[in-house]
Amino acid sequence: MSTPTTDRSQLSTGSARTSDPRAHRGRPPGVLRVGLSRGWLEIRTFCREWESVVFTFSLPALILAMFASIFDGMFDMGMPSVDYYLPGLIAMGLMSVSFQTLGTTIASEREHGGLRRLRGTPMPPSAYFVGKTVLVLFLALGQVGLLLGMGWLLFDASLPTTATAWATIAWVFVLGTVGCSLLGIAVSSLARTTQAASTVVVVPFLVLQFTSGIFVPVIALPDWVLTGASLFPLLWMAQGLRAAFFPEQMAAMEPSGAWDLHLVAVALGAWCVVGLVLTLLTFRWKTRKDG
Amino acid sequence: MSETVIEAEGLKKKYGDTEAVAGIDLSIARGEIFSFLGPNGAGKSTTVEILEGFRNRDGGSARVLGEDPGRAGREWRSRVGIVWQQETMVPKLAVRDVVRHFAGYYPLPHDPDAVIELVGLGHKAEDLAESLSGGQRRRLDVALGIVGQPELLFLDEPTTGFDPRARREFWGLIRDLAARGTTIVLTTHYLEEAEELADRVCVIARGRVRAVDTPAALGGRASAQATVGWLEDGERREVLTDEPTRVVSELAGRFTGEVPELSVHRPTLEEIYLGMVKDTDEAEEAAA
Repeated sequence: MSTPTTDRSQLSTGSARTSDPRAHRGRPPGVLRVGLSRGWLEIRTFCREWESVVFTFSLPALILAMFASIFDGMFDMGMPSVDYYLPGLIAMGLMSVSFQTLGTTIASEREHGGLRRLRGTPMPPSAYFVGKTVLVLFLALGQVGLLLGMGWLLFDASLPTTATAWATIAWVFVLGTVGCSLLGIAVSSLARTTQAASTVVVVPFLVLQFTSGIFVPVIALPDWVLTGASLFPLLWMAQGLRAAFFPEQMAAMEPSGAWDLHLVAVALGAWCVVGLVLTLLTFRWKTRKDG
Repeated sequence: MSETVIEAEGLKKKYGDTEAVAGIDLSIARGEIFSFLGPNGAGKSTTVEILEGFRNRDGGSARVLGEDPGRAGREWRSRVGIVWQQETMVPKLAVRDVVRHFAGYYPLPHDPDAVIELVGLGHKAEDLAESLSGGQRRRLDVALGIVGQPELLFLDEPTTGFDPRARREFWGLIRDLAARGTTIVLTTHYLEEAEELADRVCVIARGRVRAVDTPAALGGRASAQATVGWLEDGERREVLTDEPTRVVSELAGRFTGEVPELSVHRPTLEEIYLGMVKDTDEAEEAAA
């Protein structure tokens, strides 16, 4: 048996193969290494598409800028409008970079054979999801950074000062983003085409934004609307973030008159579990017509 | 080098009531270029997808590189390369970055730059994969199929959209890979491509293997009668013969000087193939 060859010129010189080709092939690279490589690829690919950067990524920041400048002092919110809208828009931004980004891009990768191509390589399937996790984490941190930075630098927003508040932000961030990501992956399987995916993703997301207390205070919403929205994660993410950002007395403006952080944790945790189950049940590397 | 790389017996696959693959036996040796020919819907894509581990079979056995493709894992995948039929999405990055990234999936990849050079995209390495022309995209697909240094390469309609010169260059590349011991399974609609490249061609029609042979001998082509034709008394004459040389020399004696419009024609691979497909259709219809 010949020694393992690492001769890179093999391709151009055409040296003969060893008698047992398995002998010189080691194990394929590990999940973490391939996953991180995919993450880096995902980030570079995302940044290449300026439309997605402008419209998906910057939308919450644009809205914050408009609300902070136009609405300030227009209504009696009991606080500057930048402070009032900041937690809700962070929740919206997190759902956008997780649910919307994954829901539309995975549907497109599936429709155009990108997923099938991957399945034909030794890439470990879990590495694909590690890559998506890296992408969403990168975008989510960027989203929070952009909104906080803009609110603080341009509009003098008052940011939380206690460790408890930041801890709340951290766990709402993690549970909310994970739950919305899994939901996005599951939704990508619902749509047959990329165009259908953008409808299946964007329309429900838009409805949720209006019914989950992002633009309209929850207390102003009819009960049935609130009940419907509370089945989805966005309402709970916004509520958890308000608990961290708003002064204590604002809890009176919540439907129950309290922040109910335990309910926020339960609801978001439940969405992580439900999302995982849905993803495992629905995820396909091929389109329906590929069989 | 007669090691068997692909061995299949009685492969079957049904879609609803249609038997797409109705019992296919195959044996493909290491280093061979093996080509599937057949009309659309004949079952060749399904057969290839079963061998690639992309489709479950309903019956029969299959061993590809010593394993069952339906159950094979990542190590098996790292020994197999696939060039897909349709234009398949690639990441929106420069050609070099895409090939480098895919090389990272394999335990012992080729040097990505050498692969890019080999498929003739050296001058495009810095360009976005999306900006490539149709033929260049196919070359990138081929680069991604071979970057893992596969022992077995599946090529599905690889030269669709190539101009004649690009096709010739591509054929050279495939021959090089085969000469190095890569087994190549080629599905194509271009008969001249199969004739040019394949060691053996396999005609599949209506879910069954109709013939397997070298392109030169397929369907008795090597021993088939030749048609000698000429013009005599203002009429086209034709003779079907086992001895075209004798016929021609007789003609040469009968005519003074050139025999008008003399031609000797042996059946082309295309004629043999079309005849086979037609016979299959007629037999199946008569049976039905």
